[in-house]
Amino acid sequence: MKYIKYLVLGTLFGIILTKSEVISWFRIQEMFRFQSFHMYGIIGSAIVVGLLSIQLIKHYRLRSLSGEEIRIADKQYTHGTWLGGIIFGVGWAITGACPGPLFAQLGSGTAAAAILIVSALAGTWTYSALREKLPH
Amino acid sequence: MLDFLRQPWPWYVAGPLIGLTVPALLLLGNKVLGISSALRHICAACVPAGIPFLTYNWRAEIWNLFFVLGITIGGFIGYRVLGHPDTAAISAETVQDLQAQMGLTDFSGLLPKELFALENLSNWKGWVFIVLGGFLVGFGTRYAGGCTSGHAISGLSNLQWVSLVAVIGFFVGGLFMTWVIYPLLF
Repeated sequence: MKYIKYLVLGTLFGIILTKSEVISWFRIQEMFRFQSFHMYGIIGSAIVVGLLSIQLIKHYRLRSLSGEEIRIADKQYTHGTWLGGIIFGVGWAITGACPGPLFAQLGSGTAAAAILIVSALAGTWTYSALREKLPH
Repeated sequence: MLDFLRQPWPWYVAGPLIGLTVPALLLLGNKVLGISSALRHICAACVPAGIPFLTYNWRAEIWNLFFVLGITIGGFIGYRVLGHPDTAAISAETVQDLQAQMGLTDFSGLLPKELFALENLSNWKGWVFIVLGGFLVGFGTRYAGGCTSGHAISGLSNLQWVSLVAVIGFFVGGLFMTWVIYPLLF
């Protein structure tokens, strides 16, 4: 089963999100109120490690397990980048969760997470339906 | 060891481990970390409704759904199996602010029960926090083309200026909600 590796990696990722309390609404409020370094330290050090890893991968032209050349598609700018970013930011401060933590909260047995995920799916679906009419 | 696992992990342990997910996904399968896409794939799989943005071969991206299923299992293991303190180790100032401003008294669990209990769906709080909040997360991340994992971690790691714009947007929205709207709501 070629997808097991993603299941295992996702499980580890979920454990890290949970154990570092990134999935706690209280932690996100603490972050937006600038009352602790915790979240900034996590996001900042994750970016530094990610950045160094990507530079190494590019420098040594590493290949993936299956031998493919590693390529990261460039993200394209649209007006949605900042408009959508702000909309997500408001949702982030309300729910205290980004999409990843929502799933970890669900696994932890937090009942509201199930409804939050359905609402998030409704949001994604609505965006998809209105996409042509929105400024990009 | 078990005591260490039960405590909240410090940022300098968790952050680098989260960062290592980026090369792990690239090396394992040439995949870029990003979780909000899973919401799109689920929509495409369940209710495509002839919408062009949801009509694509989502099966080709099924790894992403396995990753998200893993996160769910990780939430179970991290919270239920490894155990967890009942209250997050947030700063005393935050506790004070949330008490004074929002009238929160229960700091246990992951989400404040006074805002996120399902019984709240019978009043405005539940609709704002559970329904509207989730909706904005799903709508905004797709509109922005990524969330904290896709833009803040993968995007900034790959020095994409677009992601910097998105992350600034995330914080503008979050700070606006926290500093302007919350004081009006409570």
